[in-house]
Amino acid sequence: MLVCATHHVDHTRAVAAAIAGLVEDGDLIVLVGDLGAGKTHFTQGFARARAVTDRVTSPTFTLANRYVGDIVINHLDAYRVEQLGEAEDLALPELLEDGVTLIEWGDNLTPILPMDRLEVRIMLGHGDDDRRLEFTGVGPGWALRWADLEAAVADWRVA
Amino acid sequence: MTADLILGIETSCDETAAALVARGTDVMSSVVSSQIELHRRYGGVVPEVASRAHVELLMPVVAQAIVEAGVEDRAIEAVAATHGPGLVGALLVGVSAAKAMSLVWDVPFVAMNHLEAHLYAAFLEEPELEMPLVILLVSGGHTMLVVMEDHLRYRVLGGTVDDAAGEAFDKVARHMDLGYPGGPVIDELAMQGDASAIAFPRAMANDGWDFSFSGVKTAVINHVRRHPDADVRDVAASFQEAVVDVLVDKARRAARDVGAKGLCLAGGVAANSRLREKTLDVCVADGYRAFLPSRSMCTDNAAMVAAAAWWRLQADGPSPLDIGANPSLRLPVIG
Repeated sequence: MLVCATHHVDHTRAVAAAIAGLVEDGDLIVLVGDLGAGKTHFTQGFARARAVTDRVTSPTFTLANRYVGDIVINHLDAYRVEQLGEAEDLALPELLEDGVTLIEWGDNLTPILPMDRLEVRIMLGHGDDDRRLEFTGVGPGWALRWADLEAAVADWRVA
Repeated sequence: MTADLILGIETSCDETAAALVARGTDVMSSVVSSQIELHRRYGGVVPEVASRAHVELLMPVVAQAIVEAGVEDRAIEAVAATHGPGLVGALLVGVSAAKAMSLVWDVPFVAMNHLEAHLYAAFLEEPELEMPLVILLVSGGHTMLVVMEDHLRYRVLGGTVDDAAGEAFDKVARHMDLGYPGGPVIDELAMQGDASAIAFPRAMANDGWDFSFSGVKTAVINHVRRHPDADVRDVAASFQEAVVDVLVDKARRAARDVGAKGLCLAGGVAANSRLREKTLDVCVADGYRAFLPSRSMCTDNAAMVAAAAWWRLQADGPSPLDIGANPSLRLPVIG
């Protein structure tokens, strides 16, 4: 596991932008964290770094938003998915075939997620704007890129 | 092309709805699944998010709308359904059913924009509303400030850069274990609380036409974390006041800027009593009409779909049958 600390929402966006440089089509990033942790802010930084110009907003209502930058970005939200059976409404397997997918509240779906994924857990810190970001690679895809990921977020890394 | 009697269908999110509306204004019936507790007949609770529920509920809801209107099937002159924005699986249920009915009955099909339908809710109760109108559309999924210059002619001044206003209500309520949906719960608690107890941030208050509600949501969460014994009624009232302040201030400035004849609320959050009260106050102070549609017309319904379709059909004619669901459809704007 790799841990970063940020003290402003713009830092969280910057960490996400650094990660965005490492992804490829088919990647899945699972965003975990309480309300207000900054999962949508993370996605905003990520998308901007991949040349998305559309406004990235919360996908809670729509369940899935799609953005096109220099790569396709699927932005999903499992906040309202309370039963795994309902997860079929997200059409996850189809989305994963095209572009990179970020899924908020993805921990609601752990049993049905693909084996290869990056988990990002965002936790509130002491100060109102402090956040702790924990990165965990699941599966071989991220193990191969781990040194690159460590280098990309070195400025914010605390553990 | 005109069609006097239009069947509207709405399945963009959680509500399954059908309505018969004549000439864009006379609501002959308006059935919303959550009102009639159809789930009892199916022996289970209707899931929050499931296209399957729409499949099961739609035909009984349509049948009930036709029976309540007291008309024969053959009196229906067009069928309109919401084709976006919304949940793709949910939208497809209404769109597919509407196309099938239009083929069977040999009447035009009209694919409707959910946001445009919300803007027409006001005209169901007040057909002679004068324009230009500033419409504040606030719901669980949308927050938009729209200028309606004339029928079917809109300009979007701004929208949310993160969470929708209704989403902030739901998430704050859920975080404080107040229940779902969050809007009515917070509205009620706020009536017993002190709205000036906590100074929550008014994000982007003096900054353009866009809104941001992610910050106030996080501020409430931080406040509750630091003051676990805070009075929930004060927190609810202060949070609601912060959201309503920004919404009404921007809508008021917009109305002044465009020389609007009136200010109108739309969408589920328009049922919030503080938002209604404050909107009325500024309209009275500034001297133009306030239009606050009834609560049943603010939340998702199919009468607004049929009403907007009456205008769309006249302007654009029937929609092609190969048009699909578009989950990220935007409001058609001028210029």
